[in-house]
Amino acid sequence: MKLVLETRNINKHFYKPKDFHVLKDISFGIQPGEFTSIVGKSGCGKSTLLYILSTMDTEYTGELYLNGQLITGKSNEELSRIRNRHIGFVFQFHYLLSEFSVLENVMLPAKKLAEKSLEEIEHDAQEKLKMLHIGHLAQQRASRISGGEKQRVAIARALINNPTILMGDEPTGNLDSHNSENVFNIFKNLAQEKGLSLLVVTHDNDFAKRTDRIIEMEDGSILK
Amino acid sequence: MTNWSVILKIARTHLTTKMKSTVTAALGVTFGIGAYITMAGFMTGLNNLLDGLTLNRTPHIRLYNEIAPSKKQPVSLYTDFKGAFNVVTSIKPKETQIKIHNALPILKYLKTKEDVKGATPQLQAQIFYLSGSIELGGILIGADIMEEARLSNINDYIVSGSPEALKNNANGILLGAGLADKMSLSVGDRIQVATVSGSIFPLKIVGIYQSGLAEIDNAQSYVNLKTAQRILGQPENYITDIHIKLFDIEAAPAMAKRLERQFDIQAIDIKEANAQFETGSSIRNLITYAVSLTLLIVAGFGIYNILNMLIYEKMKDIAILKATGFSGRDVSLIFISQAVIIGLLGGILGLMVGFGLSVLIDNTPFETEALPTIKTYPINYNPLYYVIGIGFALLSTFIAGYLPANKAKNMDPIKIIRGT
Repeated sequence: MKLVLETRNINKHFYKPKDFHVLKDISFGIQPGEFTSIVGKSGCGKSTLLYILSTMDTEYTGELYLNGQLITGKSNEELSRIRNRHIGFVFQFHYLLSEFSVLENVMLPAKKLAEKSLEEIEHDAQEKLKMLHIGHLAQQRASRISGGEKQRVAIARALINNPTILMGDEPTGNLDSHNSENVFNIFKNLAQEKGLSLLVVTHDNDFAKRTDRIIEMEDGSILK
Repeated sequence: MTNWSVILKIARTHLTTKMKSTVTAALGVTFGIGAYITMAGFMTGLNNLLDGLTLNRTPHIRLYNEIAPSKKQPVSLYTDFKGAFNVVTSIKPKETQIKIHNALPILKYLKTKEDVKGATPQLQAQIFYLSGSIELGGILIGADIMEEARLSNINDYIVSGSPEALKNNANGILLGAGLADKMSLSVGDRIQVATVSGSIFPLKIVGIYQSGLAEIDNAQSYVNLKTAQRILGQPENYITDIHIKLFDIEAAPAMAKRLERQFDIQAIDIKEANAQFETGSSIRNLITYAVSLTLLIVAGFGIYNILNMLIYEKMKDIAILKATGFSGRDVSLIFISQAVIIGLLGGILGLMVGFGLSVLIDNTPFETEALPTIKTYPINYNPLYYVIGIGFALLSTFIAGYLPANKAKNMDPIKIIRGT
């Protein structure tokens, strides 16, 4: 089966304050519709790996493929477009644009992509919000809603361009157990019902255990 | 592809949520541009006034016959003394008339030239003004007064009476205001003039002429050319000066040189005669631009500071924009457009403030003896300054916005997200 995301021999060094081999020969692939979690201790390089996979970090050696296409070595402009079109990203801290309304936050990546008319984008954004049960918050300012709600808005924003893969960097790390459960169920549904690939970095073992596949990392290498 | 509507929407939101700093930054630009417009208008208005005072009544080219000793004395023409050391003492100019020898043909020739707006003949003579027992030395100018009125702004300086009144009265005189004052004469009174050779001639005052320059007003008067010729007992071709007005003042020096050669005559052009005015004008312009530029640089630093702070405040926004697919270029455009919006708003407001102040100055009373036609301070409303002003505003804010925007462009989203 064709892999959504594939890495071949990815190596990365940090040179400051001194040379540190943070990722060692990382090679793995992700199937369509697979819900994968990456676990490991702090400093094992799992977030670093995620940023490379998200195309934001370009300082590495090795090859990264998205939908069978080589991503490594593309220009920043092209990478921005790829992120915009194919990758949804959810952070530990919610990172909404606080001066904008919830709806505008969700619409922003689609406006940048500009493949649809404004009406369609607004309609899509409302749909995504409703799907995550926060449709009633659409006109609220992003700074005025609770943490759990913010994270759901962030997920809606990540989904607005119907990406190939959704990535999360500790998406439940800053949420209470109730909201964590909520986010997990949303992810699970997305994988099962929409066939979306998910890749989530977490150190919440309960969360990881319930995913389809766990990638465990230690000292910059994948254990299994 | 750049999606301007999204970029401008983000820029606008940043500006409106930080209203206070936006207004402060815009007011900086407003102040700079307003001061520039006011200063440029006032300074050049003043320049034009001062230039007008002297330049407008100076002909572009003046032709006259100068009495001077010959450069080549007869001895140097004599071949026998060639190579010898000749000493000629007590050289005097040849006795000749000060009139232009072939004035009428020259005038006729000049009037056929396309680049000449007009050429007028004048007769200048030393005379005495007699009124009762008072005797004052002065200059009488015989002129074609209607041509003068067409070509120069002499009309502005006739404080009572009119050029027509002089034209219609063969014995009329436009008396200098200083002379009229000294001899306590006014329009309708009679005055006598005496020539150097002693003949006396009665004239009727039909107007008073006040140029604003005391040395002229105390000595100079106008009569018709024919009257002047009659007073001096000279024929109709007796003309001492020809004044030429061109369509293009810049052509004056070249034409003066050509006429000098063509007619073997002295020709002095306006640039040569008034070199110091050009210098004064250009120095005043320099001061205007130096001060305005300083104000705009200060305003530019204000914008730079505010945007720099905004970028640190919005670091997380920048990271999230980049993570969701906005390129570095998009992010830098967001901040540059903020700077340019500030420049545009501040600049337009500045133009309005500048215009308002100009109108205010324009209506401030300014009366002086020396300038009879001026009632308020002079202002130049040249639209060019408004164009330069808004151009200045946009350029300086663009530069002030470019540096912080470039910083935002190169920010690494990972570093911001990880908090390192």
